[in-house]
Amino acid sequence: MPFFILRRCLQAVNVLVVMSLLVFAGVYAIGSPLDLLVDPQATTEDLARAAAALGLDQPVWVQYGRFLSRALGGDLGDSFIHGSPAIGLILARLPATLELAVVAMLIAVGLGVPLGLWAGLHPDTVGGRTIMAGSIVGFSLPTFWVGLMLIMVFSVQLGWLPAGGRGPTTELFGLPLSVLSVEGWRHLILPATNLALFKLALIIRLTRSGTREALQQDYVRFARAKGLSTGRVVGVHVLKNILIPVVTVVGMEFGSLVAFSVVTESIFAWPGMGKLLLDSITQLDRPVVLAYLLLIVLLYIVINLVVDLVYALLDPRVGRGGSGR
Amino acid sequence: MNSVHNAAQAVLEVTGLSVGFAQRGTVLRAVDDISLHIAPGEVLGLVGESGSGKSMTAYSLLGLVEPPGQVSADTFRLCGKEMRAADERAWRQLRGRRIAMIFQDPMMTLNPVLRIDTQMVEAIHAHRRVGRGAALEMAAAALQRVGIADAPARLHAYPHQLSGGMRQRVAIAIALLNAPDLIVADEPTTALDVTIQAQILAEMQALCQASGTALLWITHDLAVVAALADRVCVMYAGRIVEQGPVDQVLAQPAHPYTRGLLDSTPAAAPSQHADNAGATRRLSTIPGLPPALGERPEGCAFRPRCARASAACLQVPALVAVSPGHEVRCFHPLARVSA
Repeated sequence: MPFFILRRCLQAVNVLVVMSLLVFAGVYAIGSPLDLLVDPQATTEDLARAAAALGLDQPVWVQYGRFLSRALGGDLGDSFIHGSPAIGLILARLPATLELAVVAMLIAVGLGVPLGLWAGLHPDTVGGRTIMAGSIVGFSLPTFWVGLMLIMVFSVQLGWLPAGGRGPTTELFGLPLSVLSVEGWRHLILPATNLALFKLALIIRLTRSGTREALQQDYVRFARAKGLSTGRVVGVHVLKNILIPVVTVVGMEFGSLVAFSVVTESIFAWPGMGKLLLDSITQLDRPVVLAYLLLIVLLYIVINLVVDLVYALLDPRVGRGGSGR
Repeated sequence: MNSVHNAAQAVLEVTGLSVGFAQRGTVLRAVDDISLHIAPGEVLGLVGESGSGKSMTAYSLLGLVEPPGQVSADTFRLCGKEMRAADERAWRQLRGRRIAMIFQDPMMTLNPVLRIDTQMVEAIHAHRRVGRGAALEMAAAALQRVGIADAPARLHAYPHQLSGGMRQRVAIAIALLNAPDLIVADEPTTALDVTIQAQILAEMQALCQASGTALLWITHDLAVVAALADRVCVMYAGRIVEQGPVDQVLAQPAHPYTRGLLDSTPAAAPSQHADNAGATRRLSTIPGLPPALGERPEGCAFRPRCARASAACLQVPALVAVSPGHEVRCFHPLARVSA
């Protein structure tokens, strides 16, 4: 197991270096941020001074070399626009996005697993088919449209919930959170639902097909032949087997929720990282884009590692082979 | 049925048992009007090829046939209980307690993500209120009974840490946990090595004799039946075509299909039947294949593969006695060979 983790860390470093190279080249190719940063009336001297201040007067490989040597020391550079450290800007927005993603994932899992289970157990009933039809709708409707519809219905027409923003937050261990107050939930619930919808559909379908498959297995028949109640057969024998793929997918999807909640955050004016990324890209704020993507890569790597570890806990055939449970 | 046993004593008494699947207006009968009778402690062999309806028969005996399969019967008494209109709750009280089942593939029957102790203790707790400690002791004792050494350690294992033979022993131990009256064993040794197969057969026989448990042993292997069973039922295309005491049926098969099965089984033919035991006996095969569920011929289903078939075979023959307790479903049964 230590060897496994070490190998993962080495892989992670590789991925991070490649990622930073790609982003560096990509942003460089789009254009010079100087054109956006400096007053159009500025003199050539002003431009040169600004370029020198930001290090943009150097050839691109020199710029990358500087970035790399500083990154090794933990400094991902200052934002061109804000002048403050890029990583600080991102971390300030991180709690809002994380909270949104966690709540969305909880909604998706909390509803998706029971609904998928039910649909798998009763495939030919009206309820089972309704759930599956609903999951297709959840898959097909574009997120931005659903977001707009949610605002239309619950904010504009019914007037129950605020249309955007994060509202007041409550501090917990230094993190500003919405989930601790009713008002916070009122702001959180629409964007979280919007973000959860696609994952909900995915988890429903995954759970249903897993359930259908498990029910065909001999071990389910054997469990029934032992005289176990249906609750025990489904709740233990079936559920424990289908949780293995569900955990994998939830892990992967959680990464994408955090990384790409851009659309939902824009629609609901949620002050998260997605909004920051969008602004930074349009302003060619290379350090922020770089820092953001590197952070996301790191997040993915950590999530994958956690998924693998949880996987080993759930499935005794994997990893350490049965000492854990 | 002209059985010598008293129906009230039988652990299993079914007549007219059918399992049907509705398909495009017709009902396909995987199991077609079969009658089984098992006395306490008796070992009944149920023999047939794949697709003959053996496994479906087994599932129906435990109420494990799932929709769209439909089970019907004229009589269905299990351990003295009327099961024709039994609901899931009534079934659950019998399953694992009075009637247990062992499946063919031990790699598939144990849940891969649950430890052996979990899977054994839950089988006890499904029927008895005992503490976890007591249940664990019972589980360990059951493992010892089926010849598993170091039982307490094995209890902590996951199924994948055990060999196939070991897993089947665990499955047998689970079946025996609540001392059932009847165990339905669906080809439990087919997936195992021959040496393990023989061991498990001998152990099952000893265990059932010791506890007075009746056994319905489903197999395609006549040699196994010859070694184990008191009586045998031969199934073909969902029907029982011949049944009787195992010595009689194997020595003097009356149905052409039984004869064919015997001739195509290496070394299964009883030795007193062979004139020159030293000479190599030529294996013969039954021409053709058993019919698929939707393509069973009218009348006697064996007719297209049978050398003795005539126009009469377009009707379904009834089970008729050729000697006491030995019945055959054939218009042209093989003549008895004088011993």
